[in-house]
Amino acid sequence: MRRKPIALLLGGIAAAGLSLSALAADTVTVPKEALPHTKPIFAVTPAAPTPAETGKQIAFSRKRGNCLACHAFPNVQAQMPGSIAPPLVAMKLRYPNKSVLRAHIWNAMKFNPNTAMPPFGKHKILTKEEIDKVVDFLYTL
Amino acid sequence: MKRTILALAGAILIAAPLAAFAGPKHDREELVHFFSSRYPNIKFNNYVYGSMAFNPDAKAQYDSIMEFPPFTPVIEKGKKMWEKPFKNGKTFASCFPNGGKNVAGDYPMFDNKLGKVVTFEMAINQCLKKNGEPQLSYSNMKTMGVLVSYARTLSDGMKMNIKVKGPGALAAYTRGKEFFYRRRGQLNFACATCHVDNAGKRLRSQILSTVVGQATHWPVFRGGTRLFTLQRRYVGCNKQVRAVPFKPGSEVYNDLEYFESYVSNGLPMHASVFRP
Ligand code: HEC
Ligand code: HEC
Repeated sequence: MRRKPIALLLGGIAAAGLSLSALAADTVTVPKEALPHTKPIFAVTPAAPTPAETGKQIAFSRKRGNCLACHAFPNVQAQMPGSIAPPLVAMKLRYPNKSVLRAHIWNAMKFNPNTAMPPFGKHKILTKEEIDKVVDFLYTL
Repeated sequence: MKRTILALAGAILIAAPLAAFAGPKHDREELVHFFSSRYPNIKFNNYVYGSMAFNPDAKAQYDSIMEFPPFTPVIEKGKKMWEKPFKNGKTFASCFPNGGKNVAGDYPMFDNKLGKVVTFEMAINQCLKKNGEPQLSYSNMKTMGVLVSYARTLSDGMKMNIKVKGPGALAAYTRGKEFFYRRRGQLNFACATCHVDNAGKRLRSQILSTVVGQATHWPVFRGGTRLFTLQRRYVGCNKQVRAVPFKPGSEVYNDLEYFESYVSNGLPMHASVFRP
């Protein structure tokens, strides 16, 4: 715990060093205004996305859910889905109990020991909160 | 509690004699049968084309690229390495039957004296050692990779011909087989999840190849330029599921290659081919 401020400080120095050397080097620098506007995904601002919207981002991101690797989402515009798993549609109808749907994403092996689906919760591929948002997204399908 | 233990013990007693009957030959037949019943239109010999066996467009692209492969200069370089005499005047050809022609399909083989699986690349290093030359790193595509991109072409057309005889060989084969079927990595996949259960299906845009035929055509040039040996591909597939990969040339991968090669028995070898 005590080390953290030092690490932050060191990080700050390293960052400063980097920007300094970038100035020194003969490179093209992009003016700040031209940089894409970035904000933390979970920031609570009036314009913050709904949990379902965030869930969709998590589900479709290659680095996180990557559900498209295996599933098609016929109700959502999405390119190049895989063909390993069933298409995800009418989820609310088919899983009236949200916790069952959630459990499927937490650890699909509980339902099918031979499943190809990664155990997103059990193996900490996604956090609890992220999985809740993915479930909210699935309920919109 | 007692009952479960008894039941478990019973299950093990029943499983043991079954396991004794099921051997490499049975494994291979079962896999071939599985793929041929699921995909009756794909001819046995076409498993060597991997994912392209399921995709006529990709196979057509393969055929046209293989007419004038962009990687021919690399293979030429490998030929020079293969033919260059050692300091003692001998060459690689002196270490192999037939000067190294039609031998790659016999590898990996189990060496009873060493008690280990010997891959073709290991046999090359044994040859270097025997002749007082420095050995090559199994991870180095620029040396070992380039050398075998030619050396393996000397066995083009040979049928994969792996033997598993004796308890040591069977144990190595079984370790390779267990590695292939065991789930690993944060994403929790076994090789078999992708290359048996879901072979022929798409993971995103990539069609998954069948394990039968995966060991016959190495190295490959991905995108026509990037040289991969079989074991470098293993590293990639392990990383894909966020598992810590092993080193090319490690005993774990050699045993895996032994298993993968055995189940490719009967398929024609063809070295240095294009992959998308
Ligand atoms: C590598 C493959 C793979 C990935 C990635 C994957 N799944 Fe699955 N999923 C499957 C398979 C296969 C099934 C079919 C049932 C089974 O075998 O468990 C399945 C089933 C499901 C089901 C039950 C479907 C039904 O029709 O009842 C849900 C819900 C689901 N997946 C959600 C997701 C979500 C959400 C993600 C991403 C966060 C995801 N899956 C990622 C392979 C995958
Ligand atoms: C998450 C899915 C996945 C897993 C798990 C996986 N692979 Fe792969 N593998 C692929 C994909 C995708 C490719 C590229 C398309 C193809 O050729 O199948 C590939 C390609 C290969 C190839 C090259 C085939 C060729 O002819 O070019 C080999 C060999 C291979 N994998 C072996 C393995 C082994 C051994 C394991 C386990 C250690 C493994 N794979 C695990 C997805 C996977």
